[in-house]
Amino acid sequence: MSRVAEFLFRRRGGASWHWTDVFTWFWLIGGLIVMFGPALWLVNSSFKTPAALAEFPPTVLPYVTAEAIVEGYEEPLQLFEVRNDDGSVRVLAEVRRLGTIAQMVDPANPGAIIRVNIRNRTPKRSIAFALDNYVQPFLAFDFFLYLRNSVFVTVVATLITLLTNSMAAFALSKYNFRGRSAVMMLIVATLMVPLSVILVPLYSVISAMGLFNSLWGVILPTVATPTGVFMLRQYMLTIPDELIEAARMDKASEWQIYWRIILPLTAPALAVLAIFSVVWRWNDFLWPLIVLSRKEVYTLQVGLNTYAGQLNVQWHYILAMTVVTMIPVVLVFIFLQRFITTGIAGSGLK
Amino acid sequence: MADVRNGIATRAGAMILAPVGWLANLFDAPLRMLQRRTGSNGMAVFFLAPNMLVFGIFVLFPLVINILYSMTGGGALFLGDRTFVGADQYGRLFSCGSYLDPKSCTEDLFWIAVWNTLVFVVLQVAMMVAVALVTALVLNRELRARSFWRAVFFFPVLLSPVVVGLIWRWILQRQGLLNLMVFEAGGTPVNWLVERSWAFTATIMVSVWAHVGFYSLILLAGLQAIPKDLYEAAEMDGTRPLRVFWRITLPLLAPNLLVVLVLTLIRAVQIFDEVYVLTGGGPGTSTLFLTQYIYEVGFASMLRNPGLASAASILMGAVLVVLTLIQLGIARRNEQRGKMR
Repeated sequence: MSRVAEFLFRRRGGASWHWTDVFTWFWLIGGLIVMFGPALWLVNSSFKTPAALAEFPPTVLPYVTAEAIVEGYEEPLQLFEVRNDDGSVRVLAEVRRLGTIAQMVDPANPGAIIRVNIRNRTPKRSIAFALDNYVQPFLAFDFFLYLRNSVFVTVVATLITLLTNSMAAFALSKYNFRGRSAVMMLIVATLMVPLSVILVPLYSVISAMGLFNSLWGVILPTVATPTGVFMLRQYMLTIPDELIEAARMDKASEWQIYWRIILPLTAPALAVLAIFSVVWRWNDFLWPLIVLSRKEVYTLQVGLNTYAGQLNVQWHYILAMTVVTMIPVVLVFIFLQRFITTGIAGSGLK
Repeated sequence: MADVRNGIATRAGAMILAPVGWLANLFDAPLRMLQRRTGSNGMAVFFLAPNMLVFGIFVLFPLVINILYSMTGGGALFLGDRTFVGADQYGRLFSCGSYLDPKSCTEDLFWIAVWNTLVFVVLQVAMMVAVALVTALVLNRELRARSFWRAVFFFPVLLSPVVVGLIWRWILQRQGLLNLMVFEAGGTPVNWLVERSWAFTATIMVSVWAHVGFYSLILLAGLQAIPKDLYEAAEMDGTRPLRVFWRITLPLLAPNLLVVLVLTLIRAVQIFDEVYVLTGGGPGTSTLFLTQYIYEVGFASMLRNPGLASAASILMGAVLVVLTLIQLGIARRNEQRGKMR
């Protein structure tokens, strides 16, 4: 262990610790806790039973608390080991908790309410993972449907984005035609028009096309990303024109030039755009929220928000489904993070 | 190892692409006929068409009719069914006793949303730039496993806003992790998302948490572009770190800082998703921001008024256009400077 610490904290040049070194490590360790901690706490909580989630103070490990049926109460009550002032311990059942004071009863004598400070009691329990949190939403609720809708939207929108953006980028980088700069200006201009500015008219366009409550209504407005066209065009500009001239000599059609020559050579940029597009479309929220109003067409994000917005939030299911929603993005993060970070540093897009 | 992996990826890619390639070949014959008509240069129009069609229908056309929407009234969705009201919607947005006191606007929540957004933008942008700068400076030091630490700060950027909102709702709720810490430290638990000023603070903190990794990446790229010999010279002269920061780092990083500043401004003005999931605009209207106002007036509330939502969105759009023009101007200037170097 000390070897590891020595390896980590050894300073190049071997000089003594400067206050900037102390600050650096403070910031890095703090960042590690603040950035990963909340997500880990969520994953951890998602394995707890509703009873364990309602507990305060919460425990780190998922426990199942022992319960007992007490005369006079309909629901089974949780059992606690309560320390008395004289140091003796007895088992009581909790009726309800108000702030830091718990009202408890002795199962043998259910008539009398005993008030106990929550610092003086520990629940009787054993460790158990509540996998039911993950199974039930798929069986009893529509989460499988939401998952399918989200996958459909993400895959189809990404494919269309790659095709249309690369075609447009090809035209804008390898052809000289009148109005090319006007088209470029137009695309730059659309950078200034985020979705939130055209919500109402876009909604009426989608409705008029009969795409309200349809996944296509979510997909189509998002596929013509100006950032995608820009990025691909920048990349295609570096492909030498001689390749195209040579192909034309060999009687290749323009479509073949695009498909057989330009697209394969643009593969690295296409891969970056694909990663971005997957993350964008998987995470989209505001537009699906407006277009999709029937449960059968909800995406995961909209479905999650709906369940989390209900008056009586069933946190044990919400937490588990949040974890499921995180999984694809976390996979992208683990395996493709390098592409994304270089993509951002290179082009400043998000 | 990398070679093997690349080999597998290439072969898998080829297998997936084989049927796609077959499909693309099917298009070749009709497209050749088209090309005979247009000439090879004329095919540019064909390649542009799909993208521009989507742009036209789903961005440009809505943008134009948005102005018409903002000048009509009533709850009808299609323009033909709506009645012309002139500038009434704008008048309603601005019907205030005093513009400095949002509560004096009795007709509507617009001005409250504007003030909330203004305060949010100022505080959030300041905090975002500061945290992103410190993080970038720390990551730019000689660190072991720098890519790991960079990834640590970048991680929340990829999470969906709904997930971000739910993660923090779970932590900030009355029996959540934060209150556990407060309780363990001997304090009284606070209902973070129910008390106005705490809820507002939470929206700032959570949005910084979610996006700071992105901006520190941009700043880190800027820091790494600063020539190393400048620092070596400073070290030889025995210059103190703070002085190096003020005299070398900050002036040379200024163009990147400006980009980050404007980008955060543009994003902060439009803040919606995370906050909507986290607080829903509450308690009361204390975290109601512009985009949520537009969404609720246009779609969600009982008395929906698309014209009013359009008018508000046009005003927000005007602010964004100004900010984006500034951003493009800075980008062009930076590019020219890069060429001169």
